[in-house]
Amino acid sequence: MAGITSYGVFIPIYRLSRDTIAQAWGRGSLGGERSVANNDEDSITMAVNAAFECLEEIDRQSIDGLFFATTTSPYIEKQCSALVATALDLGDEIITSDYTNCLRAGTTALTLAVDAVASGSAKGIVVTAADCRLGYPRSDFEQLFGDGAAAFTIGNSQVMATIEARYSLVNEMTDLWRLPSDTFVQTWESRWVRDEGYSAHMYKAASALMKRVGLEAKDFSKVVFPALDARSHRQLAQRLGFDVKTQVQDPMLTTIGNTGVAYPLIMLASALDEAKPGDKILLGAYGDGADILILRVTEEIERVRSKQRVNKYLASKLTIPSYERYLSYRGLLETVPGETFRLFPSATVSWRERNSAIRFHGSRCKRCGTVAHPIQRVCPNCRAKDEFDEVRLSDKPGKVFTFSLDNLAGRSDDPTIVQTVVESELGSARIYCLMTDCIPLEVKIGMPVEMTFRWLYDGAGFHNYYWKCRPIRNGGA
Amino acid sequence: MESIKDKVAIVGMGCTRFGERWDVGLNDLAIEAAYEAYEDAGIGPEDIQSCWFGTVYNPLTGGGATVAADALKLHGIPITRVEDWCITGHEALRDACLAVASGMYDIVLALGVEKLKDTGFPGLGTGRGMYPVYEARRTAPGSFALMANRYFHEYGISPEEGKRILAKIAVKNHHNGSMCPKAMFHNEITEEQVINAPIIAWPLGLFDCCGNSDGAAAAIIVRSDMAKKFRHDPVYVKGLGLAYDSMLPHNRPGFSWTRFESLISSSQQAYQQAGITNPREELDIAIVHDCFSITELIIYENFGFSPWGHAKEDIESGFFNLDGGLPVNTDGGLKCFGHPIGASGLRMTYEVYKQIQGKADTPARQVKDVKLGLSHTFGGPPVVSAVAIIGRDIG
Repeated sequence: MAGITSYGVFIPIYRLSRDTIAQAWGRGSLGGERSVANNDEDSITMAVNAAFECLEEIDRQSIDGLFFATTTSPYIEKQCSALVATALDLGDEIITSDYTNCLRAGTTALTLAVDAVASGSAKGIVVTAADCRLGYPRSDFEQLFGDGAAAFTIGNSQVMATIEARYSLVNEMTDLWRLPSDTFVQTWESRWVRDEGYSAHMYKAASALMKRVGLEAKDFSKVVFPALDARSHRQLAQRLGFDVKTQVQDPMLTTIGNTGVAYPLIMLASALDEAKPGDKILLGAYGDGADILILRVTEEIERVRSKQRVNKYLASKLTIPSYERYLSYRGLLETVPGETFRLFPSATVSWRERNSAIRFHGSRCKRCGTVAHPIQRVCPNCRAKDEFDEVRLSDKPGKVFTFSLDNLAGRSDDPTIVQTVVESELGSARIYCLMTDCIPLEVKIGMPVEMTFRWLYDGAGFHNYYWKCRPIRNGGA
Repeated sequence: MESIKDKVAIVGMGCTRFGERWDVGLNDLAIEAAYEAYEDAGIGPEDIQSCWFGTVYNPLTGGGATVAADALKLHGIPITRVEDWCITGHEALRDACLAVASGMYDIVLALGVEKLKDTGFPGLGTGRGMYPVYEARRTAPGSFALMANRYFHEYGISPEEGKRILAKIAVKNHHNGSMCPKAMFHNEITEEQVINAPIIAWPLGLFDCCGNSDGAAAAIIVRSDMAKKFRHDPVYVKGLGLAYDSMLPHNRPGFSWTRFESLISSSQQAYQQAGITNPREELDIAIVHDCFSITELIIYENFGFSPWGHAKEDIESGFFNLDGGLPVNTDGGLKCFGHPIGASGLRMTYEVYKQIQGKADTPARQVKDVKLGLSHTFGGPPVVSAVAIIGRDIG
């Protein structure tokens, strides 16, 4: 039976205290902190990072599809899932699709992926969901929103959670929206949005599905619903008969915030981190209607239960020191530009180099075994010509061989650039790249790092992405 | 394979004042250097049969070799523009020497010019290479700091101690530069100033980095057998070495970041041609590529001036000072001249040439009895190294 075969999340390293935002505006704080994408992150990069987590145990040969769900697509025209799939080093004979414009896009993509696999039209699909929405400066949304991503693989064997039943409801109301020209999420009066939109339709859809399948609140181990705010979230669960203390999955409002399309799926991952075989989970998503899914956890959950995939991202974090820094990182405040890049962005070069730069392949010499990156046609060790296999370096950890902390190359809002020469675990391959998500003064030779896909700069009118390294995020260990 | 030794001679050289020459352009710099060289050789532009012109930032020059042609009115003769990272000036010199040695020309001009101060920013820019992403946000200080951190690590030197060792190199070069009128900086500095200066790229601080300046230098190369017709004290070319490493040596497994094939090979080529077996003893001065203090230290070891891992002892004993066993960067080096890329190799050769002739601009920094001297540039991320050894006497 088709279902979830693995899962992963990605929470950016940066957190911003809501008190910091509140102080900047002289207004009340919603308390706690929210996640903020680093200045080299967007929905594409976060989706890639989350998907790498869930591909750890999955054979890429078993994947023939990738879905990407977001409301903050870095491209309006150009398929993001194609780039995500390439960065994940999936094959090219696959189906890719972007699901956008709706906060239910993640659950929709998940459901359709299960349908495709169940029907036999696909073997395995990676479903990714990521968002980094912006609330107007000073608004509640600015404090409430967070940035993050979740990913699942859907397959037919070793399924750890199946979708037992589902129910969808459309609700045409203009409660949250953005026009193509809008930077910030617009909204109508919050009481109407909450009561007639979210609360009413989530209740209606959830109670209808529970009634249809003959299950009561007590039959579920967890209810996983996104929250507009803590109070209405609690009231909705109570109204459906759930015990707030034991059955309601933490909506992570004080730790991450509302991560848009990724929100219910990050919460689902968190629920799976704690789930036991046989558990039933009631998953919901809201946006222009409601999706409600009933998931049943299988014995396969034991494979990953100790991973604590969400907690490690909650525990490893850095604090953004100021509200201005947040504005600048998110492109809302223009700071002093640095020196002009002496680079030559070129769509054709990027396309030709995609295996080295996006798939992050190196070459492994068939004669002497030397691994080099970028791919070298002539072996740097034995000069064998065109005798190499491509090997994936993106999922291999490494160690810092040498580094520099460059105060000349950085952005004015992020002045120290950490250049690193990494020695990969794979064949001791040397990788020259930047380090991100780090405290520059703590960088040392020999420090363990892992690779992470990032946005580098906009040039020639398009986004240029590449890989960086980061200190291994293992939850503060 | 023959040696270049004693086949060609330098009979005239010119070098502009280096610095922030806001009031002069690329053409003015070329004229200033070339006409000093003509005068020094006792010739005029009509005597030049061919020219090798080195400059790096082509977009500002109008492309090709037009600056040499336009500024110097070298019409109707071959002019070749060369560009090879920071060794560009040496490449112009080397090609000019090879052309004369071939017998095709008797009198040629090697010219290196660079106008960095028209670019609007103080560094060489951010990002390197022809590829859109591999070297984004790469800078020169960042690249050479990679060496420094690795050197400290390899030899178990703490950052504090490492910075103090490097500071001595900067202090030495500033001392030498303080006596050199054509240098950009003439101020003496202290170790404390170097150590406490703002960090540019850890562990390199402001005084570990060379300046950015405008400048030009030129040389007139002739056949050796003609040289005495031009002057009584021509300087003979003894050895020319040049070696490349891969574009991205840092991507090569096992690469140490303290030993550079291009440095070792280019110096060995030049030593062999010049018949040098012990450079530490046989060379009288060396003007090397001190773009950063760490670079000079690395060169000491890669060139065989100091044993591997022991440059520290020689730095501390003052071996490379003006009054030491092998004075290095007697004019203040890139540290005090700045590094107008295309000009540097010829500027360094100018210093060796003047020292050999006993004509250092300030007597206090004239090294006694210089018979054999080396000039050197090291370019790219770094990827290429060029060495020229010139001497006073034939044979």
